[in-house]
Amino acid sequence: MRKVLSAACLGAMATFVVGVAYANEELIKMSQNPKDWVQPAGDYANTRYSKLNQINASNVGKLQVAWTFSTGVLRGHEGGPLVIGNMMYVHTPFPNKVYALDLSQDNKIVWKYEPKQDPNVIPVMCCDTVNRGVAYGDGKIFLHQADTTLVALDAKTGQVQWSVKNGDPGKGATGTSSPLVVKDKVLIGISGGEFGVQCHVTAYDLKSGKQVWRAFSEGPDDQIMVDPVKTTELGKPVGKDSSIKTWQGDQWKIGGGCTWGWLSYDPSLNMVYYGSGNPSTWNPKQRPGDNKWSMTVFARNPDTGMANWVYQMTPHDEWDYDGVNEMILSDQNVNGQERKLLTHFDRNGLAYTMDRATGELLVAEKYDPKVNWTTGVDMNKSSPTYGRPKVVDQYSTEKGGEDKNTKGICPAALGTKDQQPAAYSPDTQLFYVPTNHVCMDYEPFKVSYTAGQPYVGATLSMYPPQGETHMGNFIAWDNKTGKIVWSNKEPFSVWSGALATAGGVVFYGTLEGYLKAVDAKTGKELYKFKTPSGIIGNVNTYEQGGRQYVAVLSGVGGWAGIGLAAGLTDPTAGLGAVGGYAALSNYTALGGTLTVFALPQ
Amino acid sequence: MRKIWLIAATLTLVAPGTIAFAADDAAAVKTEDGKYFDKEGNPTYKVGADGTVDWYTYSGYRRYHSECHVCHGPDGMGSTYAPALQDSLKTMSYGDFVSVVASGRQSGNSVMPALGDNPNVACYMDDLYVYLRARAHDAVGRVRPAKKEDKPEAYTETEKSCMGAK
Ligand code: HEC
Repeated sequence: MRKVLSAACLGAMATFVVGVAYANEELIKMSQNPKDWVQPAGDYANTRYSKLNQINASNVGKLQVAWTFSTGVLRGHEGGPLVIGNMMYVHTPFPNKVYALDLSQDNKIVWKYEPKQDPNVIPVMCCDTVNRGVAYGDGKIFLHQADTTLVALDAKTGQVQWSVKNGDPGKGATGTSSPLVVKDKVLIGISGGEFGVQCHVTAYDLKSGKQVWRAFSEGPDDQIMVDPVKTTELGKPVGKDSSIKTWQGDQWKIGGGCTWGWLSYDPSLNMVYYGSGNPSTWNPKQRPGDNKWSMTVFARNPDTGMANWVYQMTPHDEWDYDGVNEMILSDQNVNGQERKLLTHFDRNGLAYTMDRATGELLVAEKYDPKVNWTTGVDMNKSSPTYGRPKVVDQYSTEKGGEDKNTKGICPAALGTKDQQPAAYSPDTQLFYVPTNHVCMDYEPFKVSYTAGQPYVGATLSMYPPQGETHMGNFIAWDNKTGKIVWSNKEPFSVWSGALATAGGVVFYGTLEGYLKAVDAKTGKELYKFKTPSGIIGNVNTYEQGGRQYVAVLSGVGGWAGIGLAAGLTDPTAGLGAVGGYAALSNYTALGGTLTVFALPQ
Repeated sequence: MRKIWLIAATLTLVAPGTIAFAADDAAAVKTEDGKYFDKEGNPTYKVGADGTVDWYTYSGYRRYHSECHVCHGPDGMGSTYAPALQDSLKTMSYGDFVSVVASGRQSGNSVMPALGDNPNVACYMDDLYVYLRARAHDAVGRVRPAKKEDKPEAYTETEKSCMGAK
């Protein structure tokens, strides 16, 4: 039934698009114009790099606030605005408003969209009611609402063109991620790993909103859209029933593997890339097996949905190390050879460099030296455990078992990095990575599943690595050698997406609320300004009327706001000690504001 | 009941964070199968001289950091998202606590989910209350209780039937 349906849809579309330029041709052209910021990450490759260079390392110190805009929403503001010509599109967390501002007319509000959503979806969103932003394509703005409605708005008027429900919030499925427009489709993932949702990526027809394909992270081969022979992992066919073989009974039906991170696309290879999240529950004892394909990098054909290759980074997760972080695509010379690379900074504390055409693993190294749950990935191609991380028994919550508190695991469940996207500069060939520097105790225990109720099954406590007081680093990373080039300490986790520019300056935000500019080569701090609230949004840049602007949403919240608001305690301080680390609430309070910077005229 | 709730609300509005003491008497006067009760007959905590906590406090610590901390922050300290329960329980009655957790509560876009149907919460209602009450009275600190009384036999049985009957 499913198959027949998608085949029919594909057929219909094939006739439909004859002679019509694909939306991505328009998008590729638009993203080459550095004056605009047409995609959440700036481009399909997720580089978050801009060719603009009016603001550079020698003048960035003079940066000033040019204008600000209040979103009127208090919750955590992730993501960032799009800029297309004179228009800027600003989104908010729940209730998921979208504002269209005219940058040529004093940033006047041209239209505003505010959906009516059942507030019962709010508590189903695990860690604050965040939203990571809208996408553009074919004259439409696409928004994935909290209640999983994917809506297409006319970019000029804000009128709803079509809308479709992507999941069931009654069962714990929610929308937080940003869509990706590819060819004649819009692709979207889904959240709900803490509710036992069987998560998926779905492609909808750009014009009508009709579902074209849906690929689950776990389940039978037709549901996960892998070909037992043609889909490979590390060069080998995945074989029949590659997913359900690795779950006990029907557990895959509540298996998680959510897809709430970023999608990227390589038009020349015609592949989309994304990662899947943790298997549900957090109690590893309750779900024996590798739990495929949770914690996996997927490369899929956007036309058919079929997977070209997969790679599971953390088989049988024991720590909630979701694999959803962005895949950054770069073309670089490795040992005298031009390679099409994919670089991914995983929650598990390892940074992976892969060949994105074949899925070959080139580099897997720790990007925080404190990472201790693994001694590294087996890189021996002839080993039976090739590509698997070697788990240290002391930090294995599976080995520890139910009702045992496994202590001192680094990183914590929030990962060495969460969704906050890194940037890549082709000028320096370095990646600029916002990171968390936090460890944890983790105690799994038995939980029972009830549809629509949290399905967690572990107790956590988090704290900075022993003997250290800072909880974040902003680092520059060399993906060819797998080494940190420079590293700046931050008192709190860095939960803001970075921006790299041709001006030799890299920007990021901090949880206390600073927008910072640092030298791309050395990491030297060149500028900082304290915005009205903590920053968990992503920095972008655009040009308007001959002037370069840098924009960022502030508005503390998200998982960082929840975990760090009261500060963390030092587990070694002993029972009853109130001590502990600086509380974020001493530095900042709620409130969504867009702050836009420029050089003085 | 209503009145107590109103007073609590005003207090937090007027002087957040300045309520240094809890108004109610949480002293344990009775024990039954490893569970302690105050003079009103409500469940309460017991912390021994050497820091040994009763089973309910310990179990509540674990359940809280599994089911509640993602919104209410670590150790009942509150977050950017939901109130500090270590403060709430300074004034909130047992009955009000159970009813909010079971039925939920909504003020505009601020929503406490109804968790009464969730066995991972419902079967541990007293554990959660006792732990948070101990936090409200500063009887346990911000760390995992190091020493605990053994899991009572009667508790094990009740837990099994409650979790099994989901
Ligand atoms: C999805 C987020 C979320 C989860 C999970 C959650 N809460 Fe809440 N809770 C809230 C919010 C938000 C409020 C404030 C509601 C309001 O503004 O009326 C609240 C309010 C409360 C209150 C009332 C506090 C007061 O000062 O009046 C209690 C008690 C409470 N929660 C207990 C719990 C317990 C116990 C758990 C775990 C079993 C829990 N909550 C889990 C979000 C949550």
